[in-house]
Amino acid sequence: MIPGSFEYHRPTSIADAVGLLIQLGEDARVLAGGHSLIPMMKLRLATPRHLIDLGDVKDLKGVGSDGSDIVIGAMTTQHEAIASDVLAAKVPILKETALQIADPQVRYCGTIGGNVANGDPGNDMPAVMMCLGAIYEVRGPNGQRRIAARDFYEGAYFTALEPGEIVTAIRIPTPTAGHGYAYKKLKRKIGDYATAAAAVVLTMRGDKAASCSIGLTNVAERPLWAEEASNILTGSALDAATVKKAIAAAEKITSPATDNRGPAAYRTKVAGVMLARALAQARERAKP
Amino acid sequence: MAKAQIALSVNGKPVEGLVEPRLLLIHFLRENLGLTGPHIGCDTSHCGACTVDLNGKSVKSCTVFAVQANGADIRTIEGMANADGTLHALQEGFREMHGLQCGFCTPGMITRAYRLLQENPSPSEEEIRYGISGNLCRCTGYQNIVKAIQYAAAKLAGVPFKEAAE
Repeated sequence: MIPGSFEYHRPTSIADAVGLLIQLGEDARVLAGGHSLIPMMKLRLATPRHLIDLGDVKDLKGVGSDGSDIVIGAMTTQHEAIASDVLAAKVPILKETALQIADPQVRYCGTIGGNVANGDPGNDMPAVMMCLGAIYEVRGPNGQRRIAARDFYEGAYFTALEPGEIVTAIRIPTPTAGHGYAYKKLKRKIGDYATAAAAVVLTMRGDKAASCSIGLTNVAERPLWAEEASNILTGSALDAATVKKAIAAAEKITSPATDNRGPAAYRTKVAGVMLARALAQARERAKP
Repeated sequence: MAKAQIALSVNGKPVEGLVEPRLLLIHFLRENLGLTGPHIGCDTSHCGACTVDLNGKSVKSCTVFAVQANGADIRTIEGMANADGTLHALQEGFREMHGLQCGFCTPGMITRAYRLLQENPSPSEEEIRYGISGNLCRCTGYQNIVKAIQYAAAKLAGVPFKEAAE
């Protein structure tokens, strides 16, 4: 399969990348890791006339910190995120999630920024970023702005990004030390998107959950932050009755498609099962 | 559409090309350079038969444009043998352990396993299976591929290889 023809651009700065995107307009697409866009181009489901490859924009790379936030450059690959000691120590759910994305070859190329910005409900990072309360830093024609992950996703492939804007970094409020976390994903095989997946981050005070946040992957047109379920569990002892109530609240906000991963009702139940497992493991990992 | 001039290193040799931006790396390697070791299997970034080593990363060359490899250092199966012409430990392992049947996936398997062993010289069986999970084989059931990689890891470490009991 051979993609349609396009002009190739390889800017070296964020300003130049945004400048090209504004100048070339809707005929242009930015290229990050390419493992969503290039297959779409080979199928001719995407036919951009201009590709703006972000591979040489050094300011989009790397993991750093700013005050109490961890800042991940959008072009940081899944492989680099897995290898990052800072992320492993401070936000271990990212490594756990990245290791469940696609396969080794894809993780060498695929980027965190591409994963969150593409708006594909099958991508794993968006629900995790919603769970963590992450903020996306965006640059565009009107300069810089920030969009909360929880406000970013509008529908399948529809996001809060305006024309000419790119996500430059992901800013994560560092979770409390000793927090519990888990990302549980059911997939049919390596490389598949989730039948359903659940992300949990919680903190314990004594035997009660001082905080709890839940994200769900691939069980709606967009990633979900299960706010009501999170609220039900916060302050509770994570006892069986409360967990059951929270899972019911989480299942209620799902609206998966019936597809070759299973009927909608099954995928909703899988979301509940993944959430139950993620809660149990997160609690086990949390230090009181 | 303007063509792009690219210069890169393939199997240690400098290579140049004037390419359309849409030319995929696998087509550049196979058709422009005549390196038909990397195979086109699924053509949809699943099977890993097109895997090559690019700047120290295993990549599926059906999902990278040749123009993106400008300045890169690439190794394919054709560049895997030792300088004196003897087989690389992985190639020897695949022969000794019957790590192939039809052989279609083998160049991708070996190229991927090469990078895996660079990063983790003594992987467990589980780590090998996880490490080659982006490469599909429809013949062997993976058992002998795993053994072949274990054989190579042992040989490269200079320790005797013992097959696990069935």
